[in-house]
Amino acid sequence: MTLWPAVIATCLGCYLLKYAGLAAPQRILDHPEVQRFANLVPVALLAALIAVQTFTHGQALHLDVPRLAGLGAAVLALVLRAPFLVVLAVAAAVAAGLRLIGTGG
Amino acid sequence: MPVKSFDMKAPVRDGLGVGIAVGVSGVAFGAAAVTAGLDVLQACALSLFAFTGASQFALIGVVAGGGNLVAGTAGALLLGGRNTLYGLRLAGLLGVRGARRGLAAQGVIDETTAVALAQPSPEAARTAFTATFVSLYLCWNLTTLIGAAGTELVADPAALGLDVVGPATFLALLWPRLKESGQVRLIAVLGAVTAVATASFLPPGVPVLLAASAVLVVTLRPRSDRATEK
Repeated sequence: MTLWPAVIATCLGCYLLKYAGLAAPQRILDHPEVQRFANLVPVALLAALIAVQTFTHGQALHLDVPRLAGLGAAVLALVLRAPFLVVLAVAAAVAAGLRLIGTGG
Repeated sequence: MPVKSFDMKAPVRDGLGVGIAVGVSGVAFGAAAVTAGLDVLQACALSLFAFTGASQFALIGVVAGGGNLVAGTAGALLLGGRNTLYGLRLAGLLGVRGARRGLAAQGVIDETTAVALAQPSPEAARTAFTATFVSLYLCWNLTTLIGAAGTELVADPAALGLDVVGPATFLALLWPRLKESGQVRLIAVLGAVTAVATASFLPPGVPVLLAASAVLVVTLRPRSDRATEK
């Protein structure tokens, strides 16, 4: 079974979705409710992505202690106003460190 | 004017910082893609042409689980739909037409939008968009190739903590938004709860999209509830 049709459809579709936003008539944004929705949707999506990638594995609820600790470290770094790269590095380092010493799994 | 060049340093710095930091996580995508069963060329094609991390990870997640490829593609495209909203918001700021619009469209993703919209002026926003797009595109594609081709070396991306880079990236993007208002925080909580609650019975990718309904639930409440928002 070749994966190419799925790969090509995803590539083409993702590009067209981006292009559609730039090319759509700006009148759509004149509507305050549309503007509000467009402004707030990323908040819901980002929170959902964080939650799904933190608390689930496939379709099962799953708590990965090192990953959770890594994200906790990222929160701490954000509170301390660390730069973006430092936030990511701290998160990865804490998760990797805990796995190295064999905490959780 | 010297003042102008000084003003342009911040957006370039913001753009390069985010672009390089997020771009290098392409190594995690490349490694995960090959582990899931894609070949190096397919992994690179996704990074070159789809170029939107969440959708790419959504597709290979379904491939890895032996899922239906049509459902996997649909999930990737549903996730990619948020880039359409970003495009709507960026169109006025970028003001691009013709071939330049075709090129700029490829750069309309979470990170470029977040960095561009955080700038104080339209000119700074355009500079930040370009700096983020170019640095992220180059890093993401280069590290996808490295991760995919060197999967033997990064046999377990989790051992390096690379699996945390994705959620940590999303968290860093969400963080400044949480300070806007209680309404925004409520949407974030509802979105997260909705996605986790439905993850066990909906195909991967769909719970995240369903979370967008949190915006409707919160904003369609009676107007008196919104008195404190800015």
